Amino acid sequence: MIAEAGLAALWLAAGLAALQFLLMVLALRTGADVARTMRAIAIVQGALTLVSFAMLLLVFARTDLSVALVYENSHSAKPFIYKVAGAWGNHEGSMLLWVTVLAVAGAFFAWLYRRKRERTLVAALGSQAVLALGFYAFLLIASNPFARLNPPAVEGRGLNPLLQDPGLAFHPPTLYLGYVGLSVAFSLAVGALLTGQVDSRLARAMRPWVLGAWILLTLGITAGSYWAYYELGWGGWWFWDPVENASLMPWLAATALLHSINVLAARGALKAWTMMLAVIAFSMSMVGTFLVRSGVLTSVHAFAIDPERGTFLLALLFVYVGAAFALFAWRAPALKEGAPFDLVSREAGLVINNLFLSVILGIVFVGTLYPLIVEAVSGEKLSVGAPYFNAVAGPLALVLAVLVGTGPLLTWRRQTRPVFPRLKVPALAAATALFITIVAAPGIAILPRLAFTVAAFLAAAAVVPLTNRNPLRTPLATWGMVIAHFGIAVALTGMAANAAFTSETLAVAKPGEQLRVGPWRVVLDSVVPTAGKNWTAIEGQLRAARGNQLVKLQPQMRYFTDPPTETNEAAIRTFRDGQLYTVIGKPEPSGAWQLRLWWKPFVTLIWAGGVLIALGGLVALVGRVFRRRRREPSWRARYS
Amino acid sequence: MRFAPLALLLLVVAALVWRLATPEDTTVKSRMVGQLVPDLVLHSALPGGPDRPLRSGSCGPVVVNFFASWCVPCIAEAKRLAELKRQGVPIFGIAIRDRPQDVANFLARNGNPYEELAADPQSKVQIAFGASGVPETFVIDPYCIIRHQHIGPIEQEDVPIIRKQWEDLRK
Amino acid sequence: MRWLLALLLALAPVPLLADSDLPPAYWANRQLPDPRQEAKARGLMEELRCLVCQGQSIADSDAELAGDMRDLVRRRIAAGERPDKVRAWLIARYGSWISYRPTAEPAAWPLWLAPAALLLIGAFLIRRRIGARR
Repeated sequence: MIAEAGLAALWLAAGLAALQFLLMVLALRTGADVARTMRAIAIVQGALTLVSFAMLLLVFARTDLSVALVYENSHSAKPFIYKVAGAWGNHEGSMLLWVTVLAVAGAFFAWLYRRKRERTLVAALGSQAVLALGFYAFLLIASNPFARLNPPAVEGRGLNPLLQDPGLAFHPPTLYLGYVGLSVAFSLAVGALLTGQVDSRLARAMRPWVLGAWILLTLGITAGSYWAYYELGWGGWWFWDPVENASLMPWLAATALLHSINVLAARGALKAWTMMLAVIAFSMSMVGTFLVRSGVLTSVHAFAIDPERGTFLLALLFVYVGAAFALFAWRAPALKEGAPFDLVSREAGLVINNLFLSVILGIVFVGTLYPLIVEAVSGEKLSVGAPYFNAVAGPLALVLAVLVGTGPLLTWRRQTRPVFPRLKVPALAAATALFITIVAAPGIAILPRLAFTVAAFLAAAAVVPLTNRNPLRTPLATWGMVIAHFGIAVALTGMAANAAFTSETLAVAKPGEQLRVGPWRVVLDSVVPTAGKNWTAIEGQLRAARGNQLVKLQPQMRYFTDPPTETNEAAIRTFRDGQLYTVIGKPEPSGAWQLRLWWKPFVTLIWAGGVLIALGGLVALVGRVFRRRRREPSWRARYS
Repeated sequence: MRFAPLALLLLVVAALVWRLATPEDTTVKSRMVGQLVPDLVLHSALPGGPDRPLRSGSCGPVVVNFFASWCVPCIAEAKRLAELKRQGVPIFGIAIRDRPQDVANFLARNGNPYEELAADPQSKVQIAFGASGVPETFVIDPYCIIRHQHIGPIEQEDVPIIRKQWEDLRK
Repeated sequence: MRWLLALLLALAPVPLLADSDLPPAYWANRQLPDPRQEAKARGLMEELRCLVCQGQSIADSDAELAGDMRDLVRRRIAAGERPDKVRAWLIARYGSWISYRPTAEPAAWPLWLAPAALLLIGAFLIRRRIGARR
């Protein structure tokens, strides 16, 4: 019953989406006043998909083995949290999550959008409905999560042990809220292009939605990176794997969009760019969804490989992105550009910032798809991996980081006062950092060295906008900017430290043998068997000592039975100045055990930086939303 | 300029459609086909057997078969290799990552189609040939040049093909 | 990492369907005594694709062939060979697909030209917006 209820809710939601679309067509043709009706429909549609998703969660929570999806991806012996999180640990379930976020984002948008531009609202809601329709069709026709199994199975096949981790509870939902949340920006852009109402008011309306989605996307990517780092036992945090790139591309586009919106909101300029970026951001989300599920690119993260479904998704992508691009090509000439600005001005700074972000996005896009294109054209197989992306995107990112430090110090329209005096302290910080790295670490590579220098510059420059003003009267949006930009410097420092100072020790050690990694002495005391709820393991007992510090670590090699798999559980200890990361491998006939030990100084700064960036966005969002509420008392009067 | 994004989309979708239509071939083809056989000396898989340099005056034509006692498809393949041997095709076997005892047991159970048998405990010969798994089979001509690679087990329909490849090289 | 092997094997007709029970090669999981050589070897291993678990480098892969390749790389670097030569030797056997670093072949030139091209195109597009009017 529950599964059928979930399926019925989904059908109903799809029907409502169709109705929503028809209403939009009606309104645009006849000018009928459908805004209130459309809002109501969008909200009910969102509620229905939530119900559907709740049904899926319920079915997984109860391990209802008469549902095919539960049989294929769950097991009665799994810990409860993984039973529930396992609902989205597979293709159909995660696609339902995707569609739920799409519909719920639309519902929130319909509920909270309070600007007077109802034609644009109607067009935007119609666009959101069209998006939803295609994906409802995909779900209901090609990826039904509620399909029954008759007769019901006796036991499930289990969830991939690599996914039996808190990361599964956090990473996909946050990531989806992020990049499917960008659909609202897409729909607003499409709506505004249709009605021609592209101006600073639109930008101010779009901004909180972009900010919200961007914050969650930042958190989702940061979480994904950390999860892969500690779960896969390889000590790395980014591989430039196609699936990772698929999540990075929407983020790059959304970051550029965020900054472009600020220009449009403040100065009415960059209309065409902002609309194009809004379309590109969600398009990249759809491209990512396609890449991850179609099996078109080889990846260690790909979780569903089905060319048939891939074809359906590609068709959806082609129609949606093609229509949006065509709409842009048709309507862009009608956009009247806003006030002009000088080469040295904040607008120009933001434009150049967007240029660099777009170029990096372009490089990631090209690098990810290039092997495919070469093979299609010439039949040759070549690979594009980390060496390419690091060599090309790295320096660009560093230049961008310098711009991030200087841009906020420029004024709108034309920079009249000299900027360089305000950069004296950051420049000094950079020079000091460079000097220190040359003296204390002469052997490191050039890119990490430059990264340290730039990070020092950015860390100092990021706080300059706060100087010479009353901190209590500084808008929250400015605080948000400062925190986010500072977060970039923090993350950059972590990346450089990881690249330059990581020590690795690989050894095959007998119990009692002493190993060294970085400043640590590590001894393998013994290897003991152990067990958990649905796994058995061999556990290494390690003792590590550095000066007066003494820690114990227990890396494990776990064996699961449903499905039969082996995973590595690294033992990681975090200190103020780095992480000790230990992995145990297989035994050799001599009775010695394979060990991989890393000492990674300051590596946690990478993810701390990511969190700071998201936090900055949150502060800015709160600031923007509250500023609006303060300025519109009628809003509060209406709803209190 | 405003049509550039559309053009780019068309290009990308075309490439993706192509890829969906022609799924990726995940087998790794050796680039050594057409090149001289690696200049290595093979050690016998059976204790006390002779060493054999790969390049010599009498290189071929010969069929080289990479196999292993722990390789499941190799069991069925052994029958096809026996068939090839019956048809007069000389086959050299190279056992990957195997112990002499296990090789001997495997051959005792499944028959020994090999004229000579070499051991490759650390996959060095396999890598030198550009092979990436077991079983794989190569055909070598009289001038020590690798002419053909067959990836995967030899099926019944492959037997006449390999036989013909070997025969053509005898001329 | 076995599950990756199992998953990929389930999808692709790779002949390897079991593992041997010989231990890994000596230098598969041990570091060279000379740290500079080990760093060079490690740098190279991270740029070579594992032929079995095709989405990983041989430095991270648990596949036996990856271990044997790590052993090969370390032995050659310890013997004084330059990483470029070892890479070229492997490319001569498996094709440029095995190298995550795109090679200098003509097919890869657009990759290296792309950043400059993108920057130029972008600069051209924004040139008209900045500064011209007052």
